Amino acid sequence: MRNVSAKQTQKMAMAGIWGGGIITLLLLIVIIGYVLIQGLPAVNWEFLTTNPKGGLSGEGGILSTVVSTLYLIGVTLVLLVPIGIGSAIYLSEYAPNNRLTRIIRYGIETLAGIPSIIFGLFGYALFVTVLSFNFSILSGALTLVCLLLPTMITTTEEALKAVSYSYREAALALGTTRWQMISRIVLPSAIPGIVTAVILCIGRAIGETACLYVTMGGSAAIPSSLLEGGRTLSLHVYYLAMETNAMDKAMATAAVLIIIIILINALTNWLAGRFQKRMKGLL
Amino acid sequence: MTRYFTDKLAKYIVFISGFTSFIILLLIALFIFREGLPAFSEIGVFDFIFGGVWRPGIDQYGILAMIVGSIAVTIVSMIMAVPLGIACAILLAEVAPSKIRSILRPAVELLVGIPSVVYGLVGLVLLVPLISNIGGSGFSILTASIVLMVMVLPTIISISEDSIRAVPSSYREGALALGATKWQTIKGVVLPAAKSGIGAGIVLGMGRAIGETMAMIMVIGNSIAFPRFTFRCRAYTDRQHSTGNKLCYRHPRERALCYRCRALYFYITVKQRSYYLP
Amino acid sequence: MTIYNFNGQTCRGGKIKVNNLNFYYGSFQALRNINLDIPGCAITAIIGPSGCGKSSFLRLLNRMNDLIYGSRIEGTIELDGKNIFDKTVDVVDLRKNVGMVFQKPNPFPISIFDNIAFGPKQHGKKNKMELEEIVENSLKQAALWDEVKDKLGQSALALSGGQQQRLCIARVLSVEPEVILMDEPCSALDPMATLKIEDLMRTLAKNYTIIIVTHNMQQAARVSDTTAFFMMEPDRAGSLVEYGSTSEIFTNPKDKRTEDYITGRFG
Repeated sequence: MRNVSAKQTQKMAMAGIWGGGIITLLLLIVIIGYVLIQGLPAVNWEFLTTNPKGGLSGEGGILSTVVSTLYLIGVTLVLLVPIGIGSAIYLSEYAPNNRLTRIIRYGIETLAGIPSIIFGLFGYALFVTVLSFNFSILSGALTLVCLLLPTMITTTEEALKAVSYSYREAALALGTTRWQMISRIVLPSAIPGIVTAVILCIGRAIGETACLYVTMGGSAAIPSSLLEGGRTLSLHVYYLAMETNAMDKAMATAAVLIIIIILINALTNWLAGRFQKRMKGLL
Repeated sequence: MTRYFTDKLAKYIVFISGFTSFIILLLIALFIFREGLPAFSEIGVFDFIFGGVWRPGIDQYGILAMIVGSIAVTIVSMIMAVPLGIACAILLAEVAPSKIRSILRPAVELLVGIPSVVYGLVGLVLLVPLISNIGGSGFSILTASIVLMVMVLPTIISISEDSIRAVPSSYREGALALGATKWQTIKGVVLPAAKSGIGAGIVLGMGRAIGETMAMIMVIGNSIAFPRFTFRCRAYTDRQHSTGNKLCYRHPRERALCYRCRALYFYITVKQRSYYLP
Repeated sequence: MTIYNFNGQTCRGGKIKVNNLNFYYGSFQALRNINLDIPGCAITAIIGPSGCGKSSFLRLLNRMNDLIYGSRIEGTIELDGKNIFDKTVDVVDLRKNVGMVFQKPNPFPISIFDNIAFGPKQHGKKNKMELEEIVENSLKQAALWDEVKDKLGQSALALSGGQQQRLCIARVLSVEPEVILMDEPCSALDPMATLKIEDLMRTLAKNYTIIIVTHNMQQAARVSDTTAFFMMEPDRAGSLVEYGSTSEIFTNPKDKRTEDYITGRFG
């Protein structure tokens, strides 16, 4: 067998590497393209503004699912943001290097690795049955808070850590208390980063299905209170695809979802870019 | 003075919120093991894990088929995703000019953001009919593996890319100055140096593969028979999903067993986490 | 050891007396047996090779080292006769009294006005007129007012390095300290900006006690009234070798090591 020269190996390897990149890109284009092409024609004003019929018929639009999604996200954020920011502040500004801190960090890391469905079953056991919130927006939101907390904490902590230590020193040297330093200098400087964290969580909440499937029920009506069930956009896609034959409606809903996700991604990137520039003193 | 009071108060409040995550973890463990453990005395661990048949009607509760299904799906998807992911990570970190990178990077981020139901839906509508041409119904381990491959790809790519980037450029310069080609440098110096990071990426990707539920239910079918390639099978993950479903509770024992599946699963997750955590 | 007594005019700048000070990071001793009398309303320079504990010493004077986990102090530092490590001393008030300017200019990423107003606001001054007056006075004292008076709303990060450092000095002045600590304040600046800061220090020394750590011996010789020379002992703990009036230290050092250092034989 002929020895392959280093140059030829180089060529083959580069071809493989570029191939990998191209396949990844193609996968994305196929998925997004397919959903948009199949789904967008059915998306119109009527589709966006009527309620789904529910049950086994796939008829109707997605209004109530949009409302439920917004409702769910709102309730989730009310709980998630303060706890997440508080926790991140503790870890980045207060936590001493000791065993307790390691335990807390271990908890967050482990929580981040637990699959969505386990959170769902936990939420089902605790919120739906033991606390008898039943299948409701509240149960769903509480479960989502548990699921998203690690993301919120770690992203916020990174934003806080990106704030230069010299700002903290300068504030303390002026005779501020630690909390004055955090609340007046560190938090305001980190706001774009924290907003990025919130948007990231919103994106995940929109895409989440498994944990909501077992905590929110699947009511197709617009929920009128916290203790009523609902159906998010993602759940709606699942119900349509698995329990009805309305694949066109499922695709249309998926197309709406994908567009929201693309917008959220763009927003996150833009904000993160701004944050980095600001931390470098360019803004 | 009020500002000292605020200072103290703030300290306690952030400490409590810092501890929330750990409390949630404890609660999850508590709820899962509380329901799961009593069932262990009824059926032996061995029968439970290695029993081939799940048929609550005739009192058979083996989850082996589901475990095998899960392992098969995970392995097949990782076989496809790992080379692809590492190639893509090398492209992003070492090879691609910044213009290509600025397209590919957001594309990878978008792949993370796409909801798993959408993956499931595309798998169901596009992939299932395609695979059924090869044979079987199309609801198969192969279909599931392909869907899962796309889902774990971004995890592997981004973590591998980060660790490749973290390799100091002096390493590369050293190799290039000796007259090595770019590929020789990557293979001989960069990849070995980034080995542990890439490994972490693969483990995390596997975690996502094992944990995925919705997309799997949609494309894998729900067969409880022993899996054959391209034929219907059932990952044991979907057994957990049906706990939320009233149908699951026809049989009290089945309910207990559902919890036991979870307990086992929870254990796997925690173990797997501690593998790559420092 | 000679203890230098400065015969200055009466002023509001605080006097500092350091007695038998030892300082540790964990088990490592960073400073050993420091005794020092720092006169009020004068500039004291602390010089010495890198790693001799100059910065550690400076950061003890406003207890910034409190932030470092595992640090420990023996001995006393008296500011106007009161030990700053005493339990009754409020560290927040101490830092308000003993301001600090850092090596790299570190204005907050907010407007020029807000940077200066930050300190007074945190200490309870809310009145807008009062704040405006403080900002203007502080900037004037820091010789920055003419350059920035038309752009007080702009981000402080848009200023040049030298302007940023003077802004940081103005920010310290805004809370009316007695003592100003400066940790190599000019090391990140060009010669022109350095000159401006040095002029500023001479002016400020009429009303404030200034203690400056510097690597630059010419700078110490140019601006300071008294100079302390620190050096590492064989176990790397820093100690005070010689202390006296600047002219004496630079023209007629008593210790061989001081002479070697200022003539550039090491360091």
